[in-house]
Amino acid sequence: MPQGCAIRKNQYYDSVFLMGVNSRLSKIAGVRQTAVLMGSEKNKVLLGDMGIRAREIDEAGPNDLVIAVLADDEATVRSALEGVDAALHSMEATTTPSEIHTLEDGLRVKSDANLAVVTLPGEYVYAEARKALDAGLHLFIFSSNVSLEQERELKQLALSRGLLVMGPDCGTSILGGVGIGFANAVRRGTIGVIGPSGTGLQEFTCQVHHAGGGISHAIGTGSHDLSNDIGGSTTLMALEALERDPSTDVIALVAKPAGDQTLRVLTARLQACTKPVVVCILGRSDRAPDAGLEWMPTIDAAARAAIEMCGMPATGWTSTLTISDPGLSPDVSARRPPRQRFLRGLFAGGTMCYQSQQILSQAGLTVFSNAPLGVDGLLENPEQSVEHTLIDMGDETYTQGRLHPMIDGTLRAQRILAESVDPEVAVLLLDFVLGTNAAKDPVGDIVGAIIEGRHRRAKEAGNLTVVASICGTEDDSQDLSQQASLLMEAGVHVFWSNARATDYCIELLRDQQEVA
Amino acid sequence: MTEPIDDLLRGPLVIVNLGLRGFAESLEAQADDVVQVDWLPPAGGDAEMIDLLDKLL
Repeated sequence: MPQGCAIRKNQYYDSVFLMGVNSRLSKIAGVRQTAVLMGSEKNKVLLGDMGIRAREIDEAGPNDLVIAVLADDEATVRSALEGVDAALHSMEATTTPSEIHTLEDGLRVKSDANLAVVTLPGEYVYAEARKALDAGLHLFIFSSNVSLEQERELKQLALSRGLLVMGPDCGTSILGGVGIGFANAVRRGTIGVIGPSGTGLQEFTCQVHHAGGGISHAIGTGSHDLSNDIGGSTTLMALEALERDPSTDVIALVAKPAGDQTLRVLTARLQACTKPVVVCILGRSDRAPDAGLEWMPTIDAAARAAIEMCGMPATGWTSTLTISDPGLSPDVSARRPPRQRFLRGLFAGGTMCYQSQQILSQAGLTVFSNAPLGVDGLLENPEQSVEHTLIDMGDETYTQGRLHPMIDGTLRAQRILAESVDPEVAVLLLDFVLGTNAAKDPVGDIVGAIIEGRHRRAKEAGNLTVVASICGTEDDSQDLSQQASLLMEAGVHVFWSNARATDYCIELLRDQQEVA
Repeated sequence: MTEPIDDLLRGPLVIVNLGLRGFAESLEAQADDVVQVDWLPPAGGDAEMIDLLDKLL
């Protein structure tokens, strides 16, 4: 396939900017694949893997911008590359550059800084994070691709200085009402929550909010913190801090599976906690009760238990959580041809995908995924769904050189259309995550594909039922009620909770024999 | 004894944002004290030179 590249020497841009340019170039007719990235060694390997090789790329350095295009013909390649500068200028016009380019200069401007938020490429994180710790700053590290050795070193150093390292790969924190990274505008209150998963924390804090409760702090720890390699360093420090914190009455821990060794240490520490504790470790719901600990099977159950521990009634919980609960239409399954009997889930939130798998598995369904509960459920080809399949579209397969599906719904919209034409699909399950740094109109970006998919299916035999959850509050900038209305107008059954939406899918599939 | 993390939770947050501008903008929208660093790789991104500089400084 014809290809070409352009290099812009000494023009460094952050990843979101580059992906914005990439997105513009990829929409040009005839363009098959594009890459807009900095010329680091890692990125050069990535380009090589895409089959893009050129002497100019070999010679490019980490501060040089590389633009590569594969297209149907040479003329399209040339035209796309000629448009690069216009795309760059157009993107630059929407931002006001900062004159500050180093952590040291930043600290000269804010000498009283107490927190560094780091979203740099993974290979640069360790050195900058060390400098921040040396300067006495706590850390929120959103970046991934930081080695476990480096994470362990950073956390050991932080521990020796009493500093908190949220991350690496930390999506969400809310400290004293201030959302960092991806966070929802939730009410302040007396429930403190700790967790390694960004969307897990978002779902928990939103469920607490919807039930009338509030959050003192939500402390993200980074996705690897509960591994045996890291040993729960940040989790344990956060737990002690919330135990001392006068604004926190109840402490919750929401996580995906933890390393056995870490879990033993953590359980002992949780049992010794002087404040009431609620624990939800997805994938561990079959756990026997531990003295003094409430183990909850779902995020909803954990939120409800935390609310009750605060002395608030949990009455009206179900209706509060449901935007649209149309009830079961008895003829929904009857109208389907017999072979149309499978569920497909396409998720922006990794924890939503995980929790849905857990709920479906417990209902007796065999579920496949690119991010499965256990090795048995691993999907051979993530692009090819089989039977009941749930896809975590935030997985690396889909985010390499692309924006996360919480920011850019393009790939998910494409996959919705692909699943819609599969004659075996009966129900489509989606999640939408609102809040800071998420897409401005997450439903609007995708609803066209939902309508088109349902239309295509209606023209053939059968019908496609679409079920969605929205993780968000009325105070998020995306306008929760408008997002929900858009979905409902498209015939989607909408819930405020991933667990409830998943339960509803089970009801829809209940006629199938494999559901227990 | 007050730990540094207790001060962090008590607030206010004073933040240095290294990298994505959108993160700083969302913090500013919450009326937080934040400085944006349009970070550039030191030493032109040369890993060996960065390592050398880190050892010298």
